[in-house]
Amino acid sequence: METIWTDLLCIGAGLAGERVAVEASAAGFQSVCLSIVPPRRSHSSAAQGGMQASLGNCCLGDADCPDTHFQDTVKGSDWGCDQEVARLFVETAPEAVREMAFWGIPWNRVVPGKSVYFKGGKQYEKTESEEKEGLITARDFGGTTKWRACYTSDGTGHTLLYTMDNKVVELGVTVHDRTEAISLIHDGETCMGAVARCLKTGRLRTYLARATLIATGGFGKIYRESTNAVINDGGGTMIALDTEVVPIGNPEAIQFHPTGIVPTNILVTEGCRGDGGTLLDVNEERFMHEYEPEKGELASRDVVSRWMTHHIRRGLGVKSAYGDHLWLDIRHLGAEHIKTKLREVEEICNNFLGVDPITQLIPVRPAQHYSMGGVRTNKDGAAYGLKGLFAAGEAACWDLHGFNRLGGNSLAETIVAGKIVGQKIVEFLQGAETKYDTALIKGALVKGQERIDGIISGRAGHENVFEIRNAMQDELMERVGIFRNGKDLQKAVDNLQGLYERSKRVGLRSSGRGANPELTLALKIRGMVRLALCVAYGALKRSESRGCHAREDCEARNDRDWLNRTLATWGKEADLPTLNYEAASKVMELAPGDRGYGVCKIISCDGEILGA
Amino acid sequence: MGRELTFHIFRYNPEDPDSAPHTDTFSMEERENLTLFIALTHIREEQDPSLQFDFCCRAGICGSCAMVINGRPGLACKTLTRELPKEITLMPLPVFRLIGDLSVDTGTWFRVMNEKVGSWIHTSKEFKPGAREERMDNALAEEIYELERCIECGCCVASCGTANMREDFVGAVAMNRIARFMMDPRDERTADEYFEVIGTDEGIFGCMGLLACEDVCPKNIPLQDQLGILRRKMGWNAVKHLFRFGSL
Repeated sequence: METIWTDLLCIGAGLAGERVAVEASAAGFQSVCLSIVPPRRSHSSAAQGGMQASLGNCCLGDADCPDTHFQDTVKGSDWGCDQEVARLFVETAPEAVREMAFWGIPWNRVVPGKSVYFKGGKQYEKTESEEKEGLITARDFGGTTKWRACYTSDGTGHTLLYTMDNKVVELGVTVHDRTEAISLIHDGETCMGAVARCLKTGRLRTYLARATLIATGGFGKIYRESTNAVINDGGGTMIALDTEVVPIGNPEAIQFHPTGIVPTNILVTEGCRGDGGTLLDVNEERFMHEYEPEKGELASRDVVSRWMTHHIRRGLGVKSAYGDHLWLDIRHLGAEHIKTKLREVEEICNNFLGVDPITQLIPVRPAQHYSMGGVRTNKDGAAYGLKGLFAAGEAACWDLHGFNRLGGNSLAETIVAGKIVGQKIVEFLQGAETKYDTALIKGALVKGQERIDGIISGRAGHENVFEIRNAMQDELMERVGIFRNGKDLQKAVDNLQGLYERSKRVGLRSSGRGANPELTLALKIRGMVRLALCVAYGALKRSESRGCHAREDCEARNDRDWLNRTLATWGKEADLPTLNYEAASKVMELAPGDRGYGVCKIISCDGEILGA
Repeated sequence: MGRELTFHIFRYNPEDPDSAPHTDTFSMEERENLTLFIALTHIREEQDPSLQFDFCCRAGICGSCAMVINGRPGLACKTLTRELPKEITLMPLPVFRLIGDLSVDTGTWFRVMNEKVGSWIHTSKEFKPGAREERMDNALAEEIYELERCIECGCCVASCGTANMREDFVGAVAMNRIARFMMDPRDERTADEYFEVIGTDEGIFGCMGLLACEDVCPKNIPLQDQLGILRRKMGWNAVKHLFRFGSL
């Protein structure tokens, strides 16, 4: 059996994983990245609209600064984020954007002079200054007070990922693509690496590392309707949960993006609304300004998604064979704008809808989009529970986003957290030595192989893995969606527990030989259902509404009892996660208050009831 | 009732000693807006769970799912079955090493390509934290982005006559990458240095000008123009010393 030794093992080679590897490699440490796809195909590439950093170069971003970015982020999170982390993040973001420019990103730049822009369907004029010509420009995004999202057309994630992987190639970082970590090697105190399955041959390998990073992105694919790529099934998150000691922070904090296209749930960027696109109902009339007079279509994602659902429930959605939807209208932005700034959107509409967005409306409705929760880390990116284990990006709960992430803060997080956590890992590697317990390593490998052999031979049963996955996805979609209530959540937990029992008895209908895709899913289904249970159970126990977590039976945000973060661990032989809680933020630089958008009913820290 | 579609799919699992290359046939009824992504996923989950293929973003963005569809390389995720006859033949991309069935190893090929062409900004400068970014004209940024849109799907390589004949040919994708960096003022490489990389039969002079690459590119990148420009530049670079009058 092949064993690979390295200083740093990055599980996941999207933007966050590669940025950490670049930092460690530049400091002279050996890094190996594992990726289940070639790294340039990671889901980071699908991020379209932009990366937030308060450069303040464009005229509508004038006088922007980290303080404003900080306030927007904390309000966006509905005070669920760690404010120390948010502060660190906003201070580092401008430098991180400039560093990416230095490495080759063709950021869109300020063009001086007069130009028109749209907001709420109306046309306005702006004048960019001569003095700022050629500096990195930005566009508007939801929940922000300034134009702050730096972009390259609507392929921002693509250019960032290609530039980052160019850096990886330049530095000679080793990438083992089509390799999936199936367990962490640890003794309950220290992480020593991972057991991984080669997705070219099906064989297992062990990777031994002084530092191990989880950067496998989100777990949106536990939902049926998700904008996520097919690979976003929480592979790294579930192996952390499997350790019994590493907690998942805020699993119930699930973001729905307002504009997934119907029926495929492919994302069209928030940049559409940022650039002045509007949402229309069955009568082809705007409605967001009625609910949100101030922000309109550019309230935060949780708020817009809720109002859209509410509007559809009022019978004002457009009927279709795939259920009711609403329209996104970008026609007034004009052909030139769409063909230069929203190119992917045009392609997606043409290819998957047969719709020309220059002349036609785009059918949209909210779809699962982002996991704010993940492997809980401290502000250095070090995971709770195991020494030598780190996490960054969407896979982590660092916790920049609390209960709602702002658009453009995820790309920014991958780069900024990658840089900061990378530096902390370098410091860790400079000081830490690890003792490798060969019996433990062998045990982890044998356990992995026995699991595989057991599934192939059907030792525990012959449950169909696709059926279990579909039932789990339906359960979360129907009962743990945008609006939640105690009764449905309890039912979801009960049903998911039944699926959890079945997930232990999966068998194969194929041979399981080589890079067998049925086996690949069978190895993960138990972990996926565990994650689904963490989401549903966390949501059931959180008897308040905060950000994306909207309880119809507990409508107020309750700062007195719930200004905290859920920490879910999975005990040995357990059939439910154990939930603990910690304060949302040790430092409260910005005291809890009104976000300025969304329904504002708050039970304050001292029990006072504020708002409607 | 939709059409009854018949899929003829290449099958071979090199990791299974009992497997030999052959074609399997699957049938399914066509639905509205059926893509090859939905069809192949359905076949795997309902008919043969061992079927290997690659999808990731399923939105034409990541480049995972290129395969030969009725004789033509293309992205399966954005191919609608209504644009195809009811007999659909799917083969893995040629040139790349086969992993199994419709899945090929593009990752290794592109890593080697990126190393070969030095696909990064070559600069003697150091990044200065705290300093304002260097300015760039927006029109130039957009021109660079035009070429940066390549998703390394491999369609241009699979459709290339030269790449199918000689293993060391870098393909239109590499030429496009070089063109992208030549256009970028941040990259300090000289014409002579670029010539070292692609001024050979493995590079620009290996291109036979058949231009299937441009025909099949799912991102409509202007490969023909880039190949033409590079050929002229590199050709001139090869002979320019003949015109250095008075330097003898």
